[in-house]
Amino acid sequence: MSSKSTAQFKALAANRLSDGIAVWGTQAPKGFSTGFRWVEAWEDVVPASADDVDALEAWAVAEAARDEVVSERLIDVAAVEGGYQPTRMRERIVIAGPTVRRDLGKQAEHRAQAQVAQAA
Amino acid sequence: MYRYDEFDRAFVGARVAEYAEQVERRMAGRITEDQFKPLRLMNGVYLQLHAYMLRVAIPYGTLDSKQMRKLAHIARTYDKGYGHFTTRQNIQYNWPALTDTPAILEELADVEMHALQTSGNCIRNVTSDHFAGAAADELADPRPYCEILRQWSSVHPEFTYLPRKFKIAVSGASHDRAAVRVHDIGLQMREQDGKLGFEVYVGGGLGRTPMIGKLVREFLPPENLLAYTTAILRVYNLNGRRDNKYKARIKILVHETGLEELRAQIEAEFERLRGGELTLPDADISAIEDYFAPPSLPNRSEEAIALTAQMDADEAFGAWVRQNVSAHRHPDYACVTISLKGIGEAPGDASADQMDAVADLAQRFANDELRVSHEQNLALPHVAKGDLKAIYDGLVACDLATANVGLISDIIACPGLDYCALANARSIPVAQDIAQRFADPVRAVDIGPIKLKISGCINACGHHHVGHIGILGVEKKGTELFQITMGGSADENTSIGEIIGRGFEYDQLIDAIETVIDTYIDLRREPSEIFIDAYRRVGPEPFKQALYGAPQQAA
Repeated sequence: MSSKSTAQFKALAANRLSDGIAVWGTQAPKGFSTGFRWVEAWEDVVPASADDVDALEAWAVAEAARDEVVSERLIDVAAVEGGYQPTRMRERIVIAGPTVRRDLGKQAEHRAQAQVAQAA
Repeated sequence: MYRYDEFDRAFVGARVAEYAEQVERRMAGRITEDQFKPLRLMNGVYLQLHAYMLRVAIPYGTLDSKQMRKLAHIARTYDKGYGHFTTRQNIQYNWPALTDTPAILEELADVEMHALQTSGNCIRNVTSDHFAGAAADELADPRPYCEILRQWSSVHPEFTYLPRKFKIAVSGASHDRAAVRVHDIGLQMREQDGKLGFEVYVGGGLGRTPMIGKLVREFLPPENLLAYTTAILRVYNLNGRRDNKYKARIKILVHETGLEELRAQIEAEFERLRGGELTLPDADISAIEDYFAPPSLPNRSEEAIALTAQMDADEAFGAWVRQNVSAHRHPDYACVTISLKGIGEAPGDASADQMDAVADLAQRFANDELRVSHEQNLALPHVAKGDLKAIYDGLVACDLATANVGLISDIIACPGLDYCALANARSIPVAQDIAQRFADPVRAVDIGPIKLKISGCINACGHHHVGHIGILGVEKKGTELFQITMGGSADENTSIGEIIGRGFEYDQLIDAIETVIDTYIDLRREPSEIFIDAYRRVGPEPFKQALYGAPQQAA
């Protein structure tokens, strides 16, 4: 990864309360009644630009009261070839899974995350 | 080993029920995360990067085959088929769902296990020598005293909210396999005037401020164990810093107060307690000792004599015996270390199938006793030499026969950034890459005994400060950087390693370790001069020269 890439975007990372699995808050596709939703796959995340961060944060505050997720945190995201990537290695490992067990975690389930894992 | 009495059973059962209700209330939104977090931590449930993590206590690293099979069952049923044995002789599961944790604790209670006090600012699992009750160099079995401390410290009302966590280790052997001098309290059994007792060390620890424990009492009679330990904890509880979590461990109190003043405070408190209800009657000590009565070990001298021929006939078996088998107090028996450091494997990890296989071997050949070492291996403490070949064959069948105990690939490594929410860098792949680099067993044996320890952050769960070679991973400008320390040791000659110079990026690190090893090979006086002895003789300069060339500025 490009540790030197500049963070242009933010994403809302969290863990699901019931099982701790990593999830991300992202803008919902058009037609959804709310503007944001939680997704399990990084490839479904549309990071927030500077203009959208306030709305994302406001939604995060409201979500905190709903007790669906814990450990909510805004993370820095950079645009890279073919998509987006967290700037910190720790968050790249979160979206992929352990680098020492490619057969486990999200990388075992999602192609895009496996690619991020290879770059971690 | 110790068996729960009715009180233990009722107590653990009540705690499981209480925790199950807490989880239920949390899932229903009746308590907040801030309210729930300390409750789950009291039951060993952490939240890590990918999922929750459950840390299960294995008191002083002792368990039987039934318990090991239950650990395997939990790995298979509630997790992803494996577990991670830790430097505190515990096991961690990396993927349990919060909603499954009450059921897991219920299953553990069925085999007299739990996860209490594996987190939080309380007295943690008491650790000990993994060859306790078996080793040839042992003065006395420390486990009865570990068990007494365990019972005393379990949900101790006065010591449940200490300034910070508190770790106690006990060793009864001349060679310290329990790292007692880097614990908050280290108890080293010794004899004085024909009586057994303890040397008491206080204020040892690793983390961001590594300290070697100070000898606070040269001889403590066993009957005063709880009174004196209470005195230490009471002084710490009252005076330990609560304003800064990084300065809250007792090592900081010892450092800031000074040993003499602290000793005076402890002794004053001890005088108030001595002779009171905390005094351990001989009958009570004896009752606990009965649980740890040595197993019946009939003489099997003819088979022991035949071992040499077996080793000659099977080279790989011979290499395994030389490396992974050590002296038992009974000449016909041996202590076996089962390496969880297969070349390229994650240190301390074992699959459910491997746990089951080891449990079977323990039941068939080793008096049903298993141990977990703080070096993240398993051990069979009582094995007849005549059964070693059968044990070895069984370990080969489950990929646990790596003959590398005490060698360079027998690495301690914390979970690191692959799992841990506190970590800044990865540890496991570093260990795997080093093990691969030195995979040639002939070369590894030539390098000889060495302790290499890796931590993925300054909290030092991988004990890097006390590695002959230590590696600390940090994050610098978004990438991993690794500092190398040298000269550390966690045995009876404990020392804290020194940073050797500027750090290395991941792709330079393994070469740097190889440079250190090649430098040692070149400068050692003879092959029997092991790494740490050579380092202590020559100091860091030859290694700095080899790593950095001309004198350099430290990072």
